[in-house]
Amino acid sequence: MSKHFEPVIVGFLCNWCSYRAADLAGTARIHYAPNMRPIRVMCSGRVDPQFVLKALKDGADGVMIAGCHPGECHYVEGNIKALRRFLLLKRMLTQLGVEEERVQLVWASASEGIILAEAVDRMTEEVRDLGPLNWQENVLGRGNGHVVSIQVETELESEEV
Amino acid sequence: MSERVGVYICHCGTNIAKTVDVEEVATWAGEQPNVVCSREYKFMCSSLGQDLIEEDIKEQGLTRVVVASCSPHMHEKTFRTACERGGLNPFLFEMANIREHDSWTTDDREAATQKAKALTNAAIERVVHHNPLEPLPVEINPNTLVVGGGIGGISAALELADAGHHVYLVEREPSIGGHMAQLDKTFPTLDCSACILTPKMVDVGQHPNITLLTWSEVEKLDGFLGNFTATIRKKARYVDEEHCTGCGICIEKCPFKVVDNVFEAGLGTRKVIYRPFPQAVPKYPVIDVENCVYFQRGKCKACQIFCPTEPNSIDFEQQDEMIQIEVGNIILATGYDLFDVSRIPQYGYGRLANVFTSIEFERMVNASGPTDGKIVMRDMESTPKNVAIVHCVGSRDENYHKYCSKVCCMYSLKFAHLIHERIPEAEVYNCYIDMRTPGKGYEEFYHRLLEEGTHFIRGKVADVSDVARTETEEGKLIVQVEDTLIGKQRRIPVDMVILSPAMEAKPDSKEVSQLFKMGCDFDGFFVERHPKLDPVATMTEGIFIAGACQGPKDVPDTVAQGAAAAARVAGLINRGTVMMEPVRASINQEACSGCRICNTMCPYNAIIFHEDRKVSEVLTALCQGCGTCVAACPSGVITGAHFTNDQVLSQIEGILWDVRVEQELVPGD
Repeated sequence: MSKHFEPVIVGFLCNWCSYRAADLAGTARIHYAPNMRPIRVMCSGRVDPQFVLKALKDGADGVMIAGCHPGECHYVEGNIKALRRFLLLKRMLTQLGVEEERVQLVWASASEGIILAEAVDRMTEEVRDLGPLNWQENVLGRGNGHVVSIQVETELESEEV
Repeated sequence: MSERVGVYICHCGTNIAKTVDVEEVATWAGEQPNVVCSREYKFMCSSLGQDLIEEDIKEQGLTRVVVASCSPHMHEKTFRTACERGGLNPFLFEMANIREHDSWTTDDREAATQKAKALTNAAIERVVHHNPLEPLPVEINPNTLVVGGGIGGISAALELADAGHHVYLVEREPSIGGHMAQLDKTFPTLDCSACILTPKMVDVGQHPNITLLTWSEVEKLDGFLGNFTATIRKKARYVDEEHCTGCGICIEKCPFKVVDNVFEAGLGTRKVIYRPFPQAVPKYPVIDVENCVYFQRGKCKACQIFCPTEPNSIDFEQQDEMIQIEVGNIILATGYDLFDVSRIPQYGYGRLANVFTSIEFERMVNASGPTDGKIVMRDMESTPKNVAIVHCVGSRDENYHKYCSKVCCMYSLKFAHLIHERIPEAEVYNCYIDMRTPGKGYEEFYHRLLEEGTHFIRGKVADVSDVARTETEEGKLIVQVEDTLIGKQRRIPVDMVILSPAMEAKPDSKEVSQLFKMGCDFDGFFVERHPKLDPVATMTEGIFIAGACQGPKDVPDTVAQGAAAAARVAGLINRGTVMMEPVRASINQEACSGCRICNTMCPYNAIIFHEDRKVSEVLTALCQGCGTCVAACPSGVITGAHFTNDQVLSQIEGILWDVRVEQELVPGD
């Protein structure tokens, strides 16, 4: 690992708006952080909270869920379902000591490549500032709610590595 | 479970290879579990590239295929077909998007290569869990619903009807014709608008294959491609269409006149029982309830008293009628509105009497309009000697609409020509930002105007006022504009100002797009499936768009789009049955606990609950495959075909190949 920390963010993009927004960002040659790795789902409503947990557990430093704007969902209101789940999941993750910035919900329509690209850049910055998530140690290991102190330790450990 | 996966990394010329080390990715992919062959190739989508897949499936016995190239929205179908030709079920294929989502978004070769590996690996891990699927056949109902009776809707309806298919044409106003019926001449040929439009309207009215529903609106839409059910509200006209002959005596006898703000743009009047214009199709009048003395005060009934038909055609008791129709496809041609010019107060519309909008002027120069074609000022008698025409009112303006409305330059030129024609001594000033005349014969028309002596001033008008600074400005409207070609501020005193407002989306376009379950952009225009290659289809199968509801457009473009949409629909009707993606949910009936959580999740009411067995079931024909129920099922017994938990979870593992290593060092808790 290089000294410089580059976060890995898993993105769940809905097929109709956000995935196409990312397509458009590419077609328009908008440059943005390469840290977000997209996974296509038909609708943001398909994003099972366990997908998010799985990604975080398996080494992602953050997860972005992106869907159509409220009211513009291809499936009428799947994005609203996604929003509800997201809010509940975030409350749980915060209790586990996972910072809010690590899981974000973004609305980007198919014509908003720039909005998606900006969201990826912004989130990458935020997660980079937070440092690695290190789920195994921080959440499962010695969590106990003392996230801040544990993070310092983790940073020390990773420096040793 | 051991699968034989073939991986193909595309260079896309240099589009991918420039930023992604494709050789490196291909070599690396070849070392991953299950992968038996890994290649890179210049253009995977070319016939040679596709042959490669086909041959490898046959010769190396591949059971799964991964192509890392562009967006699946671009070529997923291409490669699925290639797999099918090789004898592999097309759903045993997965695509990794390393162009739009990777190589085009960065210059950092190392990062791009790393991301390409992650995306390719995700596809490899996912594809192993794919199941062969069979597309679902859907029968196409041969009837079509066309919404909007302007020239776009008329063209689409006539094309389909002439091809022998039945069309329901729904129009919100009492007559079809749309904006085109209001115009006087059409640019650049100066054809009389009514002369070319009304025969088409009559064709629609008389066509045996067209059911015309005017004064009607679609209220509800259910179903999917091939099998839509639309609920239409047919508003009460208070005129019995069965018996009315359209003689017009009721209109003649009606004692009340009101200002016509719709068709005559406020310049003229109409009766309270009215037809929007004499050539209206259908010919039946409609009663304007808000202004009708009988409806407001219970007296009058002049129309009913004088109606000559037997039985009487005036029916004050008529109610709105709800009609349900079954159609296979829908074409939306709902048109546009004009920008409200009073939103730009410095142009003085509404405050300065002789500032007109383009549509007011259009009605004025129309021979059948309120002034019989005479160009007059607001006092309805004096002739203007100088006229300024202001282009781009609300278009190409950061504060209102950024886009160019495309038609204003041309109709502003047409106005200048008509003024020269009717008032030869008048001076005409066209104030434009840029002159945009792309179209057959359009630039030539501009040159003709240059020769006719129109003054062209390149500059955006700052304001229009009636505050005179000199004697020559007394009693005039003063147009303040910077002439950017000579670099000077100018004050032009004129008698009349015509504003050319932007074309904008209908105010309810958002609701309409939701009703028809397809997208509309920030400006309110409907979103096409592909801006270049699929301009009349939408993201929703079976719903097509035509005309200015998709973006500003002139008559020929609208007609072309109407015909194009009709051709697409005719193609589907001719096929009779189309194959739909089998991305659908299904519930394991054995394991369902009957909690009914999924029942309320489904936006299409596709999940039914069997009271007897206490289990839920997905009706495949109604399911659209969003997967919301799959994510919601607490027992995890709903499977979303092609997006199963196994597939997505393994994709997550695959995409995190480089950061997952650590976890394996710390065995599971």
